[in-house]
Amino acid sequence: MSEITLLSSPAPLARPSSGHENERSCTCLAEWQAAIVNIRAIGALVIKELFRRKDFYALFILTALITLILGSVNFFNEAHVVRYLKEICLFLIWTSSLVIAITTTARQIPVERESRTIFPLLAKPVTRPHLILGKFLGCWQACGIALFVFYLFFGIVSGAREHQWPITQYFQAITLHWFMLGVVIAMTLLGSLVFAAPSSNNTITFVVAVGILLVGRHLNKLALQVHEPGQTLVYAIYFAIPHLELFDMRDLVIHQLGSIEWLIWFGALGYAAVYAALFLLAACLVFRRKALN
Amino acid sequence: MEAVLRIENLRVEYKSREAKRATKVAVQALNLSIFAGEVFGFLGPNGAGKTTTMNVLLGFVPPTSGNAFIFGSSVRDPIARQRIGYLPELIYYYKFLSAEEILRFYAKIFQIPKKQIEPRIDSVLKLVELQDARKRPIKTYSKGMQQRVGLAQALINDPDLLILDEPTSGLDPIGRMKVREIIQRLKQQGKTVFFSSHELGEVETVCDRVAILSAGELKTEGRVVDLVNAHKCNLEQVFLNIIDYKVAA
Repeated sequence: MSEITLLSSPAPLARPSSGHENERSCTCLAEWQAAIVNIRAIGALVIKELFRRKDFYALFILTALITLILGSVNFFNEAHVVRYLKEICLFLIWTSSLVIAITTTARQIPVERESRTIFPLLAKPVTRPHLILGKFLGCWQACGIALFVFYLFFGIVSGAREHQWPITQYFQAITLHWFMLGVVIAMTLLGSLVFAAPSSNNTITFVVAVGILLVGRHLNKLALQVHEPGQTLVYAIYFAIPHLELFDMRDLVIHQLGSIEWLIWFGALGYAAVYAALFLLAACLVFRRKALN
Repeated sequence: MEAVLRIENLRVEYKSREAKRATKVAVQALNLSIFAGEVFGFLGPNGAGKTTTMNVLLGFVPPTSGNAFIFGSSVRDPIARQRIGYLPELIYYYKFLSAEEILRFYAKIFQIPKKQIEPRIDSVLKLVELQDARKRPIKTYSKGMQQRVGLAQALINDPDLLILDEPTSGLDPIGRMKVREIIQRLKQQGKTVFFSSHELGEVETVCDRVAILSAGELKTEGRVVDLVNAHKCNLEQVFLNIIDYKVAA
């Protein structure tokens, strides 16, 4: 066997046990640093996995092909046909991004458990919340990269036809879309710990997300037409669900209606962050006592 | 001498999902101390509670009562795992990664300084003789090679304590010999090794002390030489006597 000289231990390993305030704060800081390192490392692994799989490329090529084919056709000599083209392209981007976000996230924890890769990982100084947050960060960042590519393509196609580049509007649209996906990803992570199989989680989360996007805004009107106790129930659902439709700027982009106020944009991001945090907290609580195999 | 690994009155129960079925006691009243530089064999038939005990040590399963400490830190605390290396019984790693990518990932988790990561990866890959295959995806590796990646990842942080769950399980004789040589080399370096195995000949060769567990209870614990001398037979026979195995006539 080969000769080897193993290097010395990399970090101070013994934990201070005294009650001194400064030592305690040092330990706390080290724990935070370790948590950030772990979360980022797990996140980077998720990104690597997504881009080594073919899902993203397949969806991007499909979106690009459909948009380019439609873009090359001139329907009825209609001058504003580009709006239809933009609508179809944005619809494909929204559908593709939801598919990428949900399918990528839904398999993260179940695959780790099923393939037992979770054991050597959690045998390191990695906690279960680190794993959840790392998976969230990785999926969210990967979706961000995918969204950037999709929107870049969309911007080039629509810009080439309209000769306009509303950068601010695109920036707001992409950031709101990305934060909306953050909520969906956190919800899917929670679902992956609650539902037995990734396929059932995929279906349920997709139905819930699309359901919220389509009917979420109408639930309060529906509640008015329902008798008690149904009315309270529908109202409760209306106020409890994350209103994903708030992040949809498609109409503004298609019809060039300008950007939204920055305060509203910022408030929407905060709203998404709160919901994502709640779902992640619930996921951490569920995962805390869950058997690993 | 302070114990590197200390188990105190450990009890682990698994609650049955069916209401009428009784709770299963996987480990009960287990007390063990393992000291620096020892190679400690953890033996027992299937279902004796070896893997459950290891799962508690690694923080995968919370103990029902009792506690365990690694380098003085409770195993419930993630910092306890900073100085250990773990090789699971069944080796599965991210198949889309190569050996060096997986080692880089674990090195990041251990917060090994950037300058030390590459030399360390080189050294562990050299130890497990995987330098030539380092850039190939793990999915193309044979079982023996995957086992050696497992050992490499367990060693990436230069651990002071290695926990190996049946490290030679399913390996061919050459693979077993290599793993055995690595364990002996680690012992020479003063590392502590805690491992479970069904290969009693190998345990007899490599271990300083052993503990034999049966039905969740510690049946005996002691130096291999002392047990073999006391029973006047080899370790396999000692094991069969202690677990009260009756050979069919």
